[in-house]
Amino acid sequence: MRISPTKFISLLFLVLSVFYLYTAYNIQVFAFDENAPFNARTFPIYLGWAGIILSSLKIILPEKITIEVNHKHLDYKSIIYLIIISLIYAAVILKIGYFISTSLFLFASYYFLGERRWGLMFILSFPFVAAFMYLLHGLLNIYLRDPFLKYIGVMG
Amino acid sequence: MIEGILIGLSTALSLTNILMVMVGCFAGTIIGMLPGLGPMTAIALMIPITYGFDPSTGLILMAGVYYGAVFGGSTSSILLNAPGIPGTVATAFDGYPMAQQGKAGKALAIAAYSSFAGGTISAIFLLVAAPSLSKVSLAFRSPDYFALMILGLTAISAFSSKGQFLKAMMMVVLGLMLATVGQDSLSDITRFTFNNMNLTDGISFVLIVMATFAMSEALTIIFRGKDPNRAAKQISLTELGSIKVNKEETIKMAKTIPRSSILGFLIGVLPGAGATIASFLAYGMERNYVNEEEKQKFGKGSVHGLSAPETANNAACSGSFVPLLTLGIPGSGTTAVMLGALLGFGIQPGPRLYQTNPEIFWSVIMSMYIGMVVLLILNLPLIPYIARILAVPRNYLIPLILFFSVTGIYLMSFNNFDIFLMIGIAVVATFLRLYDFPMPPLILAFVLGGLMEETLRRSLLISDGSPNFLWDRPITLIILLITITIVGWQIFSTFRKKS
Repeated sequence: MRISPTKFISLLFLVLSVFYLYTAYNIQVFAFDENAPFNARTFPIYLGWAGIILSSLKIILPEKITIEVNHKHLDYKSIIYLIIISLIYAAVILKIGYFISTSLFLFASYYFLGERRWGLMFILSFPFVAAFMYLLHGLLNIYLRDPFLKYIGVMG
Repeated sequence: MIEGILIGLSTALSLTNILMVMVGCFAGTIIGMLPGLGPMTAIALMIPITYGFDPSTGLILMAGVYYGAVFGGSTSSILLNAPGIPGTVATAFDGYPMAQQGKAGKALAIAAYSSFAGGTISAIFLLVAAPSLSKVSLAFRSPDYFALMILGLTAISAFSSKGQFLKAMMMVVLGLMLATVGQDSLSDITRFTFNNMNLTDGISFVLIVMATFAMSEALTIIFRGKDPNRAAKQISLTELGSIKVNKEETIKMAKTIPRSSILGFLIGVLPGAGATIASFLAYGMERNYVNEEEKQKFGKGSVHGLSAPETANNAACSGSFVPLLTLGIPGSGTTAVMLGALLGFGIQPGPRLYQTNPEIFWSVIMSMYIGMVVLLILNLPLIPYIARILAVPRNYLIPLILFFSVTGIYLMSFNNFDIFLMIGIAVVATFLRLYDFPMPPLILAFVLGGLMEETLRRSLLISDGSPNFLWDRPITLIILLITITIVGWQIFSTFRKKS
């Protein structure tokens, strides 16, 4: 039996709702609040039941419009590269600072999306990030944490 | 009111704020032109920039981006038959045939004049309606607010995604679930944090918007192999022709604009409706109003057919500010993003905003006029040049969107857990979008989640746990009946189509 992707997503949502409801029932409330008309559990419990009912309806009721997505035409390779680069970016941003990590992230993203004009790639990464940082930090007075630039004395 | 208008004018006409309207309109036009990137993405990308401003300036910038994005969407509808946003789909019905007849410049001019007139007329309506409604809404109690929020969420689910009501309602529940993560506002008990300290304060609204709109839209473009650049190149090559509108066309526009403005504004005020429904209804209404000869021209380059949706979608944009400014309840995804930004500034919109922060209330209204003028005099002559600027290859555009998204989150918390969370939510949102699970209901639900729980808490405590509060007050009952009608209509239309 082939399950449609929409129903599969609804099934996942049903599982999520069941888990959410279970967690909601286990929220610790104060003893005096236990039998109150409304406590920290009430709203999540309603939501858990709403999620279960809606996802069950979506699974049970016949689908009116079946959405066909041609997976052969989806660019999985580029998206996986981009997500990996983004994850690495998120992991190193605090360690090596905003300027270097962001510039490298942009440069790597351009490269993995197929760009090979090195000069333009460079301008739209390092000088671009520097200009953006100047706009935020220098002109708009928005604090930008960058330990590296602070260490070399560029930022105060 | 005169005093308020003067306060608004003095704030909106400051050099910084005029500059912000211009920047907002310009940036919004560019982003709105790109198929797939709408006003919500445009506003979300602007949020980091607004951190450095005072609330009035930040909101004025975002309002400018909103109108600019709607105008930009019209441009790509007319020139390429590729609407940047759903609200400009109806614009393409007659705008694109006009462009194909070599009258692209004229079509753009008609769209610009209609948008200007629609936006200006509805801003006048807003000027009158908002203060009056603010006074009326002071009489609203917690049960009314709770019922109103249920109505808003049901309406956005019914209208934002045709035939996908259940999916949209699931997204509403998901948005509300995400809003419950973190400390409970009254008891300070932590919920759904799984002992992770980073989740104690809950998930940031900016994170959710960036993940579900900016980042996931960028990923969707890559995923589907779409290239907005291709469209932009075509714009540059298109021969625009004259932008002059003759007397006959002006008369036609003059007939269409008032009725479409009224319709657009009223639809915009309704929770969940907005520019898309307003533009389609205005198109349909105009077709019924005109004579038989004009009716035949619809779909082939009719001035009425182009002017009506353009007027209505801009009027609806102004209309959608009414529930936001007067009740503190956004009627659309875009105004939900604005509400989130306002909350970020520490301002709670609602009936008291009119009294507590009159400069914000009035400056937003007055900036609408300025925004409309800016759009008309700045964007129309600049369209061919904007189109050239737009020829940014996808390979550069996507990383830049990701960069703005990550920067927005980093600036907020200087914490990489939030960036990881944003990437995770963006990936899930990308897959959900692929199968037509709409995101605006999720955003609206997330924004309203806290307030909804608070009003439900008060209502249940007052009624001692009984659900009677839902029908005790006539206004609550009326709102509830409207909600039931919407749900009933969705069920009825589903069964009718099946049979």
